Amino acid sequence: MREKQKMTVGKQRAAGDYIKIKMILFGTLAAGVILTAVFAPYLVPYDPYEQDLGNALLPPGGAHLLGTDRYGRDMLSRVIMGSRTTVFAALLLVAVITVIGSAAGILCGYHGGKLDAFLMRVSDIFLAFPGMVFAIAVASVMSGGILNAVIALACISWPKYARIARSQVLSIRNMPYMAAAKLSGSGTFKMICRHVVPNIAGPVIVTAVLDIGTMMMEIAGLSFLGLGAAPPTAEWGSMMSNGRSMLQTSPWVILAPGTAIFLTVVIFNLVGDTVRDLLDPRQKGR
Amino acid sequence: MEKLLEVKGLKKTFYKKKIPFAAVDNVSFDLNKGECLGLVGESGCGKSTTAKIITHLTVPDSGSVLLEGAETLHVKGRQERELYRKVQMVFQTPQDSFDPRCSLGDGIMESMRNQGMQKRRAEERMYELLCMVELQREFASRYPHEVSGGQCQRAAIARALAPDPQLIICDEATSALDVTVQAQIVELLRKLQKERELSLLLISHDLALVQKLCDRVLVMYQGKIVEQGIPDEVIRHPKEEYTKMLVDSVF
Repeated sequence: MREKQKMTVGKQRAAGDYIKIKMILFGTLAAGVILTAVFAPYLVPYDPYEQDLGNALLPPGGAHLLGTDRYGRDMLSRVIMGSRTTVFAALLLVAVITVIGSAAGILCGYHGGKLDAFLMRVSDIFLAFPGMVFAIAVASVMSGGILNAVIALACISWPKYARIARSQVLSIRNMPYMAAAKLSGSGTFKMICRHVVPNIAGPVIVTAVLDIGTMMMEIAGLSFLGLGAAPPTAEWGSMMSNGRSMLQTSPWVILAPGTAIFLTVVIFNLVGDTVRDLLDPRQKGR
Repeated sequence: MEKLLEVKGLKKTFYKKKIPFAAVDNVSFDLNKGECLGLVGESGCGKSTTAKIITHLTVPDSGSVLLEGAETLHVKGRQERELYRKVQMVFQTPQDSFDPRCSLGDGIMESMRNQGMQKRRAEERMYELLCMVELQREFASRYPHEVSGGQCQRAAIARALAPDPQLIICDEATSALDVTVQAQIVELLRKLQKERELSLLLISHDLALVQKLCDRVLVMYQGKIVEQGIPDEVIRHPKEEYTKMLVDSVF
């Protein structure tokens, strides 16, 4: 903080440019991951679901770049195809919890009173539970499937967003510009859309982008436990789960999806960090 | 003189750690059409709370506020918006009174757009208003943090004028500005008041400002109105002990 204040204008500008370059770089990488997921069926060298027991557990190299699994399916194809399930599920999950959580938070912060007290106690209950355990319970009650895993994780993750949105709303609710907007004759709906949402969006978006990586891990985690994507669907978590018994004999079966999760999570976390730097309140007004 | 605003027996009590504190205690006053009424007193004497009650930003415990003879305290929805066409307010901190994410032009146009005016006409009128408060056209696209306090306060006055109100409440509208800018804003308010036959309720702790601008002044102390009269007389011959103190502290 103090160092920042000492910076000259020129240096500040250079820092701003540096952040922008970082944003472009990581944004491109993230876009690459998402595009891979979108065009996965056209990118795969082999059919990811075709079994060829004669070529089972081939090591990486040759015709199969990342080797094959125990049913002779091409690992590279399965990793590319798996990005679809994992990345899309994570993005869907983050979108759902951001919208639901923020909506609840805005409602609480803006409305106040009994509704606020009720919803916040509910969110306290969710926050008091160990999240993953609760998600496992919900997912197993609803039986497997990637969509159910998303629902289970959404159930436990929304309170965080409700809390953030609520505290932000409380901090701007008594600002004079809210009173001025009311005096301009804006109704509740318009006040929320035009004045509340844009002013609280920054921290919520930063949290959401930073959460993409975490959520991807949790989805992969549930799948690893057999509560997410059902076989034979290619999904990184369940692929790792399938390969774990062969870790010593054919490590590529678990290393390929593991590396994919690692790289994707790192990329999305870097994007999240950069978005936070971009939207940092200290950088506003330049 | 025709009465525009009548405030009767207004009471508002706040509770601080369950100890009651009467912010506004039985306040009654009238405001005539085209009149400039000053409301002076030290910080925390209930001036701003009174303003907030009149503009529906706070609900009083009891009392009534009549605008042109009609009760306004309990109006809701549509009628409330109708009230805001007649009563507008200029706030103490100009930069905070504009949404940091909206341009000044959008802020000024908001009330007109809410009244269902078409975008193009609202824009035209917004430029007229900017001209009226002596700001150049390019200020419409500026954001609050890009302009100075004085310029922002001019824009706030333009916003208050947008619905063509009969009464503008200035809640310490000049206290956050430096002295030269204060004088300009005061000049602007005086000019607008004369041109448009506006009624002004000027809330301030600055007796000199009130003396310059107001036809009548109310002195408020600990939630009560302790003295009222013509500014020059009140300042020269204060009757109440508190007014004497207030005058002595300034002059």
